[in-house]
Amino acid sequence: MSIEPILFYIFSTILVIASAAVVTVRNPVYAALSLVLAFFTCAAIWLMLEAEFLALVLVLVYVGAVMVLFLFVIMMLDINLARSKEGFIKYLPAGGFVALLIFIEMCVVLGPENFGIEVTGEPLKHAADYSNTKELGVTLYTQYVYPFEIAGALLLLAIVAAIALTMRRRPDSKYQDPAKQVAVRRDDRVRIVKMATEKKQ
Amino acid sequence: MIELLLSIWNLVPEALQTLLIIILKIVVITVPIMLSVAYITLAERKVIGYIQVRIGPNRVGPRGLLQPIADGLKLVLKEIIIPTNANRFLFVIAPLLALAPALACWAVIPFADGWVLADIDAGLLYVLALSSMGVYGLIIAGWASNSKYAFLGAIRSAAQMVSYEIAMGFALVGVLMAAGSMNLSAIVESQSGSFIHWFWLPLFPLFLVYFIAGLAETNRAPFDVAEGESEIVAGFHVEYSGMAFALFFLAEYANMILISILTVIMFMGGWLSPFQGIPGLEDLFAFVPGIVWILGKTCFLLLLFLWFRATFPRYRYDQVMRLGWKVFIPITILWILVIGVGVMAEIGPWFD
Repeated sequence: MSIEPILFYIFSTILVIASAAVVTVRNPVYAALSLVLAFFTCAAIWLMLEAEFLALVLVLVYVGAVMVLFLFVIMMLDINLARSKEGFIKYLPAGGFVALLIFIEMCVVLGPENFGIEVTGEPLKHAADYSNTKELGVTLYTQYVYPFEIAGALLLLAIVAAIALTMRRRPDSKYQDPAKQVAVRRDDRVRIVKMATEKKQ
Repeated sequence: MIELLLSIWNLVPEALQTLLIIILKIVVITVPIMLSVAYITLAERKVIGYIQVRIGPNRVGPRGLLQPIADGLKLVLKEIIIPTNANRFLFVIAPLLALAPALACWAVIPFADGWVLADIDAGLLYVLALSSMGVYGLIIAGWASNSKYAFLGAIRSAAQMVSYEIAMGFALVGVLMAAGSMNLSAIVESQSGSFIHWFWLPLFPLFLVYFIAGLAETNRAPFDVAEGESEIVAGFHVEYSGMAFALFFLAEYANMILISILTVIMFMGGWLSPFQGIPGLEDLFAFVPGIVWILGKTCFLLLLFLWFRATFPRYRYDQVMRLGWKVFIPITILWILVIGVGVMAEIGPWFD
């Protein structure tokens, strides 16, 4: 048996356990860290699918930046676990129903009749010089260049909107302007006064 | 004897053979890194000592050369104290999370032509992704310690690392545009020619930004606000002692070497000889292997790290953030535009 299936099963077991832990563990910090582990093992599985660009970007963006900020916030908040568990039984039927619905939908969409090996065909094994990064770049910047640029513009708009919505001027807080600080010259600050020596009294 | 060993080797199944060879390569890379980390601590104390007109450590062994061994031994023998109400599991695992990414990055570093453990296509991205993982060790350590100072240090370092990663990433985008590849060996190859073909010249602002952002990423002075011993005692590792503390120390110094060697690979021609293309001198120095050049350049940058620490006072926290967001990111974006124009116009000798 080759090593690939063994690796796949190791990674997918860790992924399933970590994903389950995200929603079941009591400590929110542990939940966030489980999510990090889930992202990381997911990236490992993507690597095995020869999608190294996506895998590395997943680690870079989600693990390296998004989850750091998540953890940051979770650690700062003093989350009241008892209160967040209130009404668990009351909301269980509705929540369970929605979960079941999503599960059925996913089975219908992602089931073997749409994504089975007969439909998609055996995935191609590429040679060692195959570059997933290059393939993605070529596809994004030729075939899908307009959707890609529009998505980029939308994201930029979202950034500007988020900053514009949350920014507020605080007239009471003091700011420094480093450009002005650097431009300061001696003459602005110090004045040397020449005066006659005073008589001793 | 050799024949006997060879026949035993041939009995080993092929998959296991590859595995053993890879493990051997990892050992060959890791052990020198660990030794260099030990001796950089000595070099740091010596260099700063001489800068401050002192001698530095000179008691253990000849000229203090065994000092790192003594320090290491001391740390190994010390007790690891776990604070009350600390999260035991996370407290213990945090130093490992800090050290592992710092070492894992070395897998893609080419030391000379073809001397690389994993010659992967997206090497640059791999380095960026893994070095962004190092911050977890710091955050978890700060949180699990159950200490205000440690937590403040962790928050500071997390904010700082996330901010400087952006500038660093943009600097890498510039390198990848100029080189046309994310493979670190190919990046070095594309700087071949002469001293002025190296990317430090066409990418000079990015070179500076990358190196300074590297200082900030490794939490070194003048950006060591995460430790800031005069403000928050020692930041995220204030509660750590013994070997657990030593692992953080190892991670910091391993990261320093990593940033230096990456700067060398991306901006200073990697293993290429600085005398390349100069008639006379090129032949005179042709016998020097590439690894000497790359390690020599790396040592020079490491010296800069130590020099900075002895020279500059610590940044104030808000100014660290200002430098990252308001100075470095605009500079890098602007210079990426310049490189774009250069690549389109095929300006020689770098972009043709």
